[in-house]
Amino acid sequence: MGKVVLVTGVARQLGGRFVRRIQRDPGVDRVIGLDAVPPEHSLGAAEFLQADIRQPTIARVLAEYAVDTVVHMDVTGTALAGGSRTSVKETNVIGTMQLLGACQKSPTVRRLVVKSSTNVYGSAPRDPAVFTETTSPKSLPSGGFAKDTVEVEGYVRGFARRRPDVAVCVLRFANILGPTADSPLAEYLSLPVLPTVLGYDPRLQFVHEDDVIDVLRIASQDPARATLNSGTFNIAGDGVLLLSQCARRLGRPTVPVLLPAVTWAGAALRTVGLTDFSPEQLRLLTHGRVVSTKEMRETLGFRPKYTTAQAFTDFVRGRGPGLLPPEALSRAVDRIAALPLPGAAAKHPTHSAD
Amino acid sequence: MADAKVIPFDDDRSRGGARGPARRRSGGRRQAEPTPEVTALPGQQEQPAQEPAAAKSGRTTPESGRTTPESGPAEEDRSGPEDERQGPRSGLERRVAGGLAFLRRRLTGDYDVDEFGYDRELTEQVLMSLLRPVSEKYFRVEVKGIENIPADGGALIVANHSGTLPLDGLMLQVAVHDKHPAERHLRLLAADLVFMLPVVNELARKAGHTLACAEDAQRLLESGELVGVMPEGFKGIGKPFSERYKLQRFGRGGFVSTALRARTPIVPCSIVGAEEIYPMIGNAKTVARVLGLPYFPITPTFPWLGPLGGVPLPTKWTIQFGEPIPTDGYPPEAAEDPMLMFNLTDQVREQIQHTLYKLLVQRRSVFF
Repeated sequence: MGKVVLVTGVARQLGGRFVRRIQRDPGVDRVIGLDAVPPEHSLGAAEFLQADIRQPTIARVLAEYAVDTVVHMDVTGTALAGGSRTSVKETNVIGTMQLLGACQKSPTVRRLVVKSSTNVYGSAPRDPAVFTETTSPKSLPSGGFAKDTVEVEGYVRGFARRRPDVAVCVLRFANILGPTADSPLAEYLSLPVLPTVLGYDPRLQFVHEDDVIDVLRIASQDPARATLNSGTFNIAGDGVLLLSQCARRLGRPTVPVLLPAVTWAGAALRTVGLTDFSPEQLRLLTHGRVVSTKEMRETLGFRPKYTTAQAFTDFVRGRGPGLLPPEALSRAVDRIAALPLPGAAAKHPTHSAD
Repeated sequence: MADAKVIPFDDDRSRGGARGPARRRSGGRRQAEPTPEVTALPGQQEQPAQEPAAAKSGRTTPESGRTTPESGPAEEDRSGPEDERQGPRSGLERRVAGGLAFLRRRLTGDYDVDEFGYDRELTEQVLMSLLRPVSEKYFRVEVKGIENIPADGGALIVANHSGTLPLDGLMLQVAVHDKHPAERHLRLLAADLVFMLPVVNELARKAGHTLACAEDAQRLLESGELVGVMPEGFKGIGKPFSERYKLQRFGRGGFVSTALRARTPIVPCSIVGAEEIYPMIGNAKTVARVLGLPYFPITPTFPWLGPLGGVPLPTKWTIQFGEPIPTDGYPPEAAEDPMLMFNLTDQVREQIQHTLYKLLVQRRSVFF
């Protein structure tokens, strides 16, 4: 008997891609995509159900289709077109509660996969440099998407306690990047000029969309030999990029802003509707966040195809050049090199201040 | 030593007294480039004869330095071609090309940092070369027992902490990198205050420092890095001048259990000279509380002289690394044994304190 997979949040690009990918898997019989709004992209052979996971109807869906695997991807930081932050929060938290309540009642559900985020760790100067799955954050996120994920994970833990027969996998994704990703950080990196916090150069980690799809597949199937796919796992590409490196690779100039002023600037940008410069986003851009992916490699048995730098390169390719493309800067340096030697020698000490 | 004192004096004189002729001369030298050896050779022959004369005049009549203009241009003439010889065109070109490649990598973001934010290239090329003169010329750091640091694998260097500002940590980092045959990089553990301050946190991360917590320390040690810790923390660095070279409590001994878990040796390290760079005669506690700092130092020069008070006194430093204390002989559960922790902590502390006293007895003066 094949599996029946229910995927929430399919109106988003990432959910759509996952649905299209998983229906090709041999063990999967039927894929049901669920969202409150119809997707603009095709879902392939999957069935789309327009339902709001905040409503109790979700229990009927689970029973009607005899769903055995639930992939909960409707935990997101950004609203789809027209949505407000309040509705996003409701979908994240109330939606998860409803979905988990329905799963608890359903006798058929065997496996639950939840897309979470490394936001649960927060970012603070007192935190260790690298978070493992068991690190407790020094300062809990005070609001926004980060707080949503903390609450969602809390409910998921409660569910796992009450239904020990269901394999529960929580995947904490680092910042998802890729040609179609619509995460708050991707929005930020698409600004023509990047406001940064003066005197801070945060460490960032990225995970590529393709890897997100792959790891969700691993988590939603039966575990391979010698691996375990229930539990909580950090998912991130290898390596680390500093925000300054990102800006230079993107070719976008940065404007360092004093920390108190950046809060106002963020509020102003939010009012204009340019980007969601939420407090936890700001903390990420101040102190950065790096997670350990040892469990992902050794227990889950997943090796990302893209490193952090490669995922970022792919993102850059999808965005087009910025105001200061790295190639142009590189050519400028070559022109300096072509200058007569005394001029070049004079240039030598100045760059060391960089 | 005497020569070292004389030569900068002469440099000063030639720069101040004979600027005009020197410039003209150097311009002429560039035109006469194809045969630098020819002008260099007579200069070198003159050198032994001139050196004692200049030294004598410099030592006996210091105020006559400016009144001997005829030796100024001669000095310049001699040192000019010498520079040419030491750094021939190809060497200079290589350095410029290297610098431009570095600049290109920096501007395009094409460099690597590790998960702690350690930027090896920036540290080696820029930060170290900024700190090196301070270490070698200003504090004249003398390093002893560098062979006690293993050539590879993890090790925990435990040092005393002093000097109001954590210059001792930076000097330790330079000393380990420059004096160790394997050019090892020291990864310092720093207080959380460092990571709250703007600019400071950025530089600290790029120089390879990280927060002093068991998780980070263990992660670094297990990946085979050399980790430096100063367990006295603010108690050590912010202690009054009257308590100099008296080791404070070594935290809760967490560094010992971390080293035991990672099974890496502990290398005790004593730093002499850092205590006197900013003699802290008072602590403005109210100001410190207002600014959110652990202490606010008052030294004979700070804050009275403003930014000038921030210049450390040029003391002579000695950094001595002691015999490593192995930890791989203990069973894995030893890290949970508080008694053993206390004993090992005391052993490390005693060893550092004894070495400090020994070095202090050997020291001729604070400044030499």
